[in-house]
Amino acid sequence: MNKYVERLYNGLIKENPTLVLMLGMCPTLAVSTRAMNGIGMGLSTTAVLILSNLVISLLRKAIPDEIRLPSYIVIVASLVTVTELLIEAYLPSVYDALGIYIPLIVVNCIILGRAEAYANKNTPLLSVMDGLGMGLGFTVALTLAGLVREILGNGSAFGVRILPESVEPMGIFVQPPGAFLVIALFIIIMNAIGIKTRQKKLVEGCDGCCASCASSCPKAEEVTK
Amino acid sequence: MKSLILIIVSGALINNVVLNQFLGICSFLGVSKQMKASASLGMAVIFVITIASAVASLLYDFVLKPFGIDFMKTIVFILVIAALVQIVEMFLKKTSPAIYKSLGIFLPLITTNCAVLGVALTNVQNGYNFIECVLSGFGTAVGFTIAIVLLASVRVRIREEDLPAPLRGAPIVLISAALMSIAFMGFGGLSF
Repeated sequence: MNKYVERLYNGLIKENPTLVLMLGMCPTLAVSTRAMNGIGMGLSTTAVLILSNLVISLLRKAIPDEIRLPSYIVIVASLVTVTELLIEAYLPSVYDALGIYIPLIVVNCIILGRAEAYANKNTPLLSVMDGLGMGLGFTVALTLAGLVREILGNGSAFGVRILPESVEPMGIFVQPPGAFLVIALFIIIMNAIGIKTRQKKLVEGCDGCCASCASSCPKAEEVTK
Repeated sequence: MKSLILIIVSGALINNVVLNQFLGICSFLGVSKQMKASASLGMAVIFVITIASAVASLLYDFVLKPFGIDFMKTIVFILVIAALVQIVEMFLKKTSPAIYKSLGIFLPLITTNCAVLGVALTNVQNGYNFIECVLSGFGTAVGFTIAIVLLASVRVRIREEDLPAPLRGAPIVLISAALMSIAFMGFGGLSF
C-alpha cells in the first residue's frame, strides 16, 4: 500500500484515536450529544491537527529537544485560537453548540500525542496525511457516538426524526450519564468481537493521557501500587 | 454572600466538573484505581486549580483586557498554568518536603488536565470578579476530588466481582461513572 494511503488507513481504522487508542476522551464524552456536534468538533480538531502536524514537522530540526513540549503547546494554542475565531465568525451555530470545548482542543491528547509520536520524526507531507487520517478517525468515532446518543435519546438522526412518534426516546442518553454508557457500550462490543484496544490503559494509569505527562507516569504508578 | 455560596455548591455538585462537564476525564479514570492516590491527586488538584483560577483572573483583568488582547486568553492561560505548576512544584520541594512527597508527583500530571484550563476559561466567560473566580475554582476542584474519591471506592469493590469478560477493565468503570453521574444529576434539583 502507498505509504500516504497507509497513514489514512492507520488513523481511520487500525489506530483509530478514540476507539482503539482511547485518546481524547473528554471531547468524545462531552460533545457527542448530537451527530452534528460530533462532525463539527471532529472537523475543527482535524483542521488543528493537520496544521499542527505540518508546522511541527517543518520545525522539527529547529526546535531544541529540551523545550519541545512548551513549543508544541504554543503552536497548538495559536492554531486553536485561529480556528476558534474563524468558527465564531463563520459558523456561529457550531460555536454555540461546542462552546468551551473549542478552546479546549489545546489540551486534546491526540494533538500533542501525534506531534510527539509522529510529526517530530517524519516529513511534512507524511505528517499532514497522518493528521488527516487521525482527525478523520476522531471525527468518525465522535459522529458515531453522537448518532447513537441522538437516536436513543432524541429519536432523531442529524436533526431528522427517524423513530416513530409512538416511541418515547430515552432522554438519559442525551444527558451526561448517556455519554459514559455509550462509550462503555462501544468498548464492550469491541471486546466481545475480539478487537484489541488500549482500553486497559484508560483505567490503569495515566498512559492514555498525554505526551507531556508521560515522564511523570512511572513515578505516579509507583504510588498507585 | 448567597451568590458566593451558590458558586461553590454549583461548582462542586450541580455542574460537577467530571460527571457533568467531562473535564479531566483522563486522570479521573486513570488514577482512581487506589483510594490513597485519588485523595492525594484530589488535594493537588484543589491546590493547583484554586491558585490557577486566581492568577488567570488577575491576568485577564489587569493585562489582557486593558490591552485589548483578550482573544489571546487560551495561549496565555495554558502557558501560565504550565509555568505555575512548575513554580509550585519547586516551591513545595524547597519549603515543605512532606507535602511535596505526597502531592509532588501529581503536579506535572495536572498541567495538561483540561479541568484547569476549562475552569479558567469558564470563569472569564461568566464575567466573574476575582473573589468569584477563586471560589469557583475551589468549588470545581472540590467537586473533582469528591468524584474521584467516590469512583475509587467503587472500583475497590468492583475488583473482587466476577464480571463477564467483555465488561472487564474500562467498560465497568465507565458504567460506574454513568451511575454516579445519574446520582449527581439529582443535585440539579437543589434550590436556594
